Amino acid sequence: MKIDRAEVEHVAALARLRLTEAEVDKMTGQLNSILTYMEKLNELDTAGIEPMAHALNVFNAFREDTPRPSLKPETALDNAPDRDRTFFQVPRVI
Amino acid sequence: MDLLDLGIPQLADLYARGEVSPVEVTQAYLDAAETANPELNAFITLTPDLALKQARAAADRIAAGEQTLLTGVPLAIKDVICIQGAPTTCGSRILAGFKPPFDATVITRLRQAGAVFLGKTNMDEFAMGSSTEHSAYGPTHNPWALDRVPGGSSGGSAAACAARLCVGALGSDTGGSIRQPAGHCGVVGLKPTYGRVSRYGLVAFASSLDQIGPLARSVTDCAILLGGIAGYDASDSTSAPAPTADYTACLSQGLKGLTIGLPKEYFIEGLDPDVETAVRRAIQAMEAEGAEVREVSLPHTEYAVAAYYIIAPAEASSNLARYDGVKYGFRIEKSADLRDMYLSTRSTGFGPEVIRRIMIGTYVLSAGYYDAYYRKATQVRALIRQDFDQAFAQCDLLACPVAPTPAFKIGEMVDDPLTMYLSDVFTLAVNLAGIPGISVPCGLSQDGLPIGLQLLGNHFQEETLLRAAHGYERISGFPGLRPPAEAL
Repeated sequence: MKIDRAEVEHVAALARLRLTEAEVDKMTGQLNSILTYMEKLNELDTAGIEPMAHALNVFNAFREDTPRPSLKPETALDNAPDRDRTFFQVPRVI
Repeated sequence: MDLLDLGIPQLADLYARGEVSPVEVTQAYLDAAETANPELNAFITLTPDLALKQARAAADRIAAGEQTLLTGVPLAIKDVICIQGAPTTCGSRILAGFKPPFDATVITRLRQAGAVFLGKTNMDEFAMGSSTEHSAYGPTHNPWALDRVPGGSSGGSAAACAARLCVGALGSDTGGSIRQPAGHCGVVGLKPTYGRVSRYGLVAFASSLDQIGPLARSVTDCAILLGGIAGYDASDSTSAPAPTADYTACLSQGLKGLTIGLPKEYFIEGLDPDVETAVRRAIQAMEAEGAEVREVSLPHTEYAVAAYYIIAPAEASSNLARYDGVKYGFRIEKSADLRDMYLSTRSTGFGPEVIRRIMIGTYVLSAGYYDAYYRKATQVRALIRQDFDQAFAQCDLLACPVAPTPAFKIGEMVDDPLTMYLSDVFTLAVNLAGIPGISVPCGLSQDGLPIGLQLLGNHFQEETLLRAAHGYERISGFPGLRPPAEAL
């Protein structure tokens, strides 16, 4: 077993997902078969190989720190499920 | 003359001579899409008002003598690419109602060229899938056989091209999502080099792998569309400053003088015999036209699926953290507190495949597992890229199948994620390496389903790819494959 129910529940909490009991069962089974398959990578000795995070040699793309037009607050709030004046409205935090 | 059969150069010519108008052609495509969509479900949203307005503007522009090749050309846009003011769902319930306040750079460029947008096409939710079954708006059906998937995740774009509901389309390709549905629907699909086309306004799935590209019914139309969208964009920090080209100029150069490598790891057990026959026949035909063919090796191919299904979900789990019910889209109301709202909104808003990938991604990035999974996968990614570097030292391009089988039946694999992942074996490595690839129709299976030939090139070698694809298309006997009318 690569991952048990408790770990699946922990990962779901980290990802802000709520799973039902039945979903936890199903997910535990599916993640186990997927993670077992991933073990295949351990057949390869990768000692000393530089990890590759990106397809091209990209570096920080700098630009002048000068103001440019951006979304107006009104436009940025257009899609909000709930708002109060120029703020996003959310349920109470604590 | 059937207006819906015309490619981009033919349309441009008729427009220039005033024989048909963009409004006429756009209306013909809108009518076709409205008729076929209830059955195919290729479009999530049709945008007739926008399309007709653009078509009228195109007509004015042609009258003013300011026509480009793309002026008045009706296109379908995958619903992961933002068009200002048009609903953009990414095939997800969590983005229901979202209307982007800006255009993606590819949309800005196509607007400047005078193109027409017919609507937004269906896709696997957040582009995660190989079948377009994982859409909150229902599956897309393959125009060649309605009980089969069109491939995915750009299945709506591929089906719309094949069924003549648009001249061409934009898709996105993170692990094969343009090439595989193009193959399954009998159209041409091009995944450009990572960085060739701006990702600004493409809703992110896996940022180091995602790339926008065209689908169309001919290599020429794909080349024209690539020219319309390619090039550096300051709004995408990974966009490449490499120069672009007139991608149609190279098309007539033919196959003579090209060396084509056959990666032996791509002709393996489990490859459908019809697929193998069609692809091998295509390679022989290219050899007969003067291409030199030699076997090459990509020794780490068998590790690509495992590396990809660690890296892509890891990036996705981070990118999809933004869907929290606060800024846009869908929210579950009446929550006890903020955390409860996040949990309810995300669990209800995301479908099962997206939840599965967020779970895998969160797990492989979590404390204690990062080195064993994520770091290991990025090291294997370096080995996979090295394989391609070594192969391209011996040949100009690679030829192989797009997918191990033709399109499978709807529902056949939906509960078997690992088998579905393994079906991406021939397309994923390309994204890990960042190289370009194209899928061109190369025949039909005994069941009458399209089969795609995949050609791969080195970084920024789109011209070589398009030249070879066009050289093959001319002799293939399959240009403009069309689905049997009885399926529609």
